[in-house]
Amino acid sequence: MKTYETVIGLEVHVELATRTKIFCSCSTEFGGAPNSHTCPVCTGQPGSLPVLNRKVVEYAMAVGLATNCAVTRCCKFDRKNYFYPDNPQNYQISQLYLPICRDGGVEIETAAGKKTVGIHEIHMEEDAGKLVHDEWEDVSIVDYNRSGVPLIEIVSEPDMRSAEEVIAYLEKLRLIIQYLGASDCKLNEGSMRADVNLSVREAGTETFGTRTEMKNLNSFKAIARAIEAERARQIELIEAGKAVVQETRRWDDNKEYSYAMRSKEDAQDYRYFPEPDLVPVFIDDAWIAEVKAREPEMRDAKLARYQSEFGLPEYDAKILTGDKHFADLFEAATALCGKPKKVSNWIMVETIRLLKENGKDADEIAFSPVNLAKLIDLADSGSITGTVAKEVFERVFQEDIDPEAYVKEHGLVTVKDEGALRAVVKQVLAENPKSVEDYRNGKEKAIGFLVGQTMRQMKGKADPGIVNKLLKELLGQTGN
Amino acid sequence: MSLMSLTAAELGRKIKAGEATAEQAVRDALDAIEKKDGELNCFITVDGEGALKRAAEVQRGIEDGTLTGPLAGVPVAVKDNMCTRGLLTTCASKILYNYKPTYTAQALEQLTQAGAIVIGKTNMDEFAMGSTTETSAYGETKNPWNLSHVPGGSSGGSCAAVAAEECSFALGSDTGGSIRQPSSFCGVTGLKPTYGTVSRYGLVAYGSSLDQIGPVAKDVTDCALILEAIAAYDTKDSTSVKREAYDFTAALADDVSGMRIGIPRDYLGDGLDREVKEAVLAAAETLAEKGAVVEEFDLSLTEYAIPAYYIIACAEASSNLARFDGVKYGYRAKEYEGLHNMYKKSRSEGFGPEVRRRIMLGSFVLSSGYYDAYYLKALRAKALIKQAFDQAFAKYDVILGPTAPTTAPKLGASLCDPIKMYLGDIYTVSVNLAGLPAVTLPCGRDDAGLPIGLQLIGDCFAEKKIIRAAYAYERTRRYEHSPLQC
Repeated sequence: MKTYETVIGLEVHVELATRTKIFCSCSTEFGGAPNSHTCPVCTGQPGSLPVLNRKVVEYAMAVGLATNCAVTRCCKFDRKNYFYPDNPQNYQISQLYLPICRDGGVEIETAAGKKTVGIHEIHMEEDAGKLVHDEWEDVSIVDYNRSGVPLIEIVSEPDMRSAEEVIAYLEKLRLIIQYLGASDCKLNEGSMRADVNLSVREAGTETFGTRTEMKNLNSFKAIARAIEAERARQIELIEAGKAVVQETRRWDDNKEYSYAMRSKEDAQDYRYFPEPDLVPVFIDDAWIAEVKAREPEMRDAKLARYQSEFGLPEYDAKILTGDKHFADLFEAATALCGKPKKVSNWIMVETIRLLKENGKDADEIAFSPVNLAKLIDLADSGSITGTVAKEVFERVFQEDIDPEAYVKEHGLVTVKDEGALRAVVKQVLAENPKSVEDYRNGKEKAIGFLVGQTMRQMKGKADPGIVNKLLKELLGQTGN
Repeated sequence: MSLMSLTAAELGRKIKAGEATAEQAVRDALDAIEKKDGELNCFITVDGEGALKRAAEVQRGIEDGTLTGPLAGVPVAVKDNMCTRGLLTTCASKILYNYKPTYTAQALEQLTQAGAIVIGKTNMDEFAMGSTTETSAYGETKNPWNLSHVPGGSSGGSCAAVAAEECSFALGSDTGGSIRQPSSFCGVTGLKPTYGTVSRYGLVAYGSSLDQIGPVAKDVTDCALILEAIAAYDTKDSTSVKREAYDFTAALADDVSGMRIGIPRDYLGDGLDREVKEAVLAAAETLAEKGAVVEEFDLSLTEYAIPAYYIIACAEASSNLARFDGVKYGYRAKEYEGLHNMYKKSRSEGFGPEVRRRIMLGSFVLSSGYYDAYYLKALRAKALIKQAFDQAFAKYDVILGPTAPTTAPKLGASLCDPIKMYLGDIYTVSVNLAGLPAVTLPCGRDDAGLPIGLQLIGDCFAEKKIIRAAYAYERTRRYEHSPLQC
C-alpha cells in the first residue's frame, strides 16, 4: 500500500484588540444592541470615507516582528469586491499587492522534534457584519456592529504535515499574539479563526496535490478532526482513481463531516484594485524601533527567566508561560509574596484543577493576585493549615474573597494551643484502641491514621506538627 | 432688481451693510426658482422652508457680530451628490430616490459655518456620469442661454442655476471636467481645486482618486472667496492635504506681467471648433497684451488622457457604486426571488443606462486577466501624463486652452453616441488625472450666442497663479447675464 504525506497551510484570521474599529472611531466592544456601534463609515453610507487606525498598523507590525517577518516600508490597501449583505460597501478593504508583513516564520516543537513553519504574509483588513436569518418571520437582518473590526490574516507557507504540527503552530501564534496583547485569540468566540488548506501526495513526490480549503473550525479539537477526515477523504478519492476537486469545504464538527461550499472554478472574481480612499502607509525605521521597543517579554524569554531567576523547574515554567494569563498571575503574586515556587504550585495544581472542574479557560481567572499572595502568606506562616488553605482557595477562586478576613471571620486559624490539642489527642487515642495497639506493636504507619482522626476532630485547623509531637508523646507514655 | 443678479461677494457686502437681509436674498432665490426652474429644471430638491429658517438664524448672527464672513447670508445651490443631513441626496438617480443622509458633507459644513444658506440640491448627470445633465433620473436641465441646448455636465444644474440667477453661487464636483465644462457651456466661472484641497467627506464618490468639489460662480473673485471657505485639511478624508496657505483671495490682483503662459498645440488641433479656437486665442492675446509671456508648446500624451480617464474612473465607480444594492437604503425592487435576484433587479431598475454602462466597463477592466492590460496600463498612462505636466510647469506658470472643443450641444444630440460625448472631455480629464487645479471663465460667445469657456490650468497647489491670470483676464470683459435672468 502507498503511503501519503499531508501538506497543510493555514490562513489564520485574528481580531485585533483595538478599542475602535479599523477605519472609523466606533467601538469594537462585544455585546452592544444591534447596530449600536455604527456610523456612516462602517455602514457604507454614500460619501463616507475610511481613515486608518494607527493602532491596527502597530499591532500588525508587532505580530510581524515577533514572527520574524520583514515589514513592508510602503504598504497599501486594496479593495476586494464581492456582494453580500454583511459587507455594507460590497467591498472589503484588505491588502493584496503590498501587505504589511512578509517572509517570516515561527519555530514549533512536536514529538517529532523542532521545525520552522514559514509565514508567507500578514495583511490587515476589516471584518464584516453579522447576518441573522429569522426563520419564523422569513427575513434576514443585519447587524453592523462587527463591520470594520480590525483583523489581521496570517498566511502560512504549506509547511505543516500533520494535525499535531498545525496545533503546535496555532498554539505558538496564539501565545505570541496574546503576549503582545494584540488579541485574546479565542477560537470558540471567533477572535481567532483558522482556515485549513490541505492536500495529500504520495510520500517522496515533490509536486503538491490539489488542495481544498476547510472553513468553520472552532476549536483545536475540531481542527484535528477535520484534518484527519479530510486527509482520509482525499486519499480515498485518489485510491479510487478519482480527482480531488479544488474547493472550499465547510466542516460540521457535530457530524464530523465536511461538505463543499463552492468550487474555486466558478468562484467570484474579486476584482482587486488599490483602495483610492486611503494613502499608502509609510513605515520608517523609527516607527519599527518604537513598536519593537514596546514589545513585552515574550514566552521564550520568560521561560528561561522563570528557571534562572525563580529557580522553577522547566516543567513548571512551561506551564506557567504556556498561557499569558498564568504568567501574569504568577508574576504579580510572586512580586507580592516573594514565594515563586509556592505561587507556581497554587497555579499549577489548585488553579488548573478548579478551571477544569468549572470548564473555564485561563482568561476567565477572576481572582486577584493579591488574594492568592495573602493566602500563601497565611499558609506559609502556619496561620492556617494546608487543608484549610485549600478550602479557602476555593472561595478565592470562586468569589475572590480576602483570605485574611475570611479566615478570621470563619475561625479557621490553626490551633496551636497544646493544652487544647492534648485533650483532643487523648480523646482520639481513647476512641481508637486498635490503632494505638497497632502502633505499639511496631506498625508505625498507624500514627498517620491517628493524625488524620485528630485533624478531623479539629476540622483541619490543628497544627500538624504539634499534633504529631503530642501523639508520639502520649503513645510513648502509655507504652511505658 | 433681484439680489441674485449680484455676485456672491457683492451680495455679502450688501447684507453686511444692512442694505439687504439674508431672508430677502433667500426669497429672491426662491422667487427666481419659482419663476424659471419649471422650464430649466436646475433643482432636484428646493428647501425653501429650511433656507428661510436658516436665513433668520444667519441674519441674527450677522447682526450680533458672530457671522462676519463675506458669504454670510448668501444663498448657495449644492450639487445633489453632496450629503445634506435630513435633506434628500439623490445623485440624480432613482436608486437614491428616498435617501436622506445622517450627516452633512464637510465642504458644506464649512460653507454653512461661513453663513452661506443652502437653498436646494441641483440636478446633475446620474452619479456625475455624463457631460450633459441628460442622464439624470429627474429629467434634463436646460441651458439658460438657449433652452434647446444642454447646460453641460455633470454639474449642469449648479452651473445653469448660477447662470440663470436662481442662486448666488453653487458647488459642483469635478471628476473629469464636471465643473469646468458646464461652467463653460453656461457662461459662468468654475474652479476645480488641486486634488486633496477640499475634503471629499460626504461627496458621494464617482472616481475617488479624481473627484474634487469646487465653486461655480459669476466671477473669479467669488470662486476665490468660496474656495477659501471650503478648502481645509480634513482628518476624515485620508487623501486631504494640509496646505501651507488658504488665502486664495490674496491672488486677486490685476497683474500678469512676466507670467509665463503656455498653450499646448495639442489643444488646438482636430476636433476643436473654429469659433472656440478663435475666442481662446484672442484671450491669450489679451493676456499677452497685459504683459504675460505667451507661447505655444507640445504637451504630448494628450491622446491617452481619455482612455486612461475612462478606465480609472469607471473602475473606481464600479466599486464605489456597489453599495447601492437595495439592502440598506435607497431603491429596492418590488418583487424578487432571493438575494441575488434582489440585487440584480434593484440595480438594473435603479441605475440608468449610462451608469450601468460605466459599471460594466469598470468591472470589466478590473476583472482577472484584464487588470494588467487595462487598469494597470491606465495607471501608468496617468503617471506619464502627470510627468508631462511637470515638465510643462517647469517652463510655464499657467497652461491656457479651451475648456471644451465646442459650445453646448443641442439636447438629445450626445447620448446616442457616448464615444463622441467622451471625446468632448479631451481638455478637462488630464487635469484630474494629474490632480491639478484649473479654472474656466467665459471668453466670448459663438455665432449662435452660446458661451465659450477659457481654461487656465495650474501646477499642483498653484491655484493662486490661475486665479491671478483669470482675474486679470476677467477685468478686460464685462459679465454677460444669460437671457434667462430677470
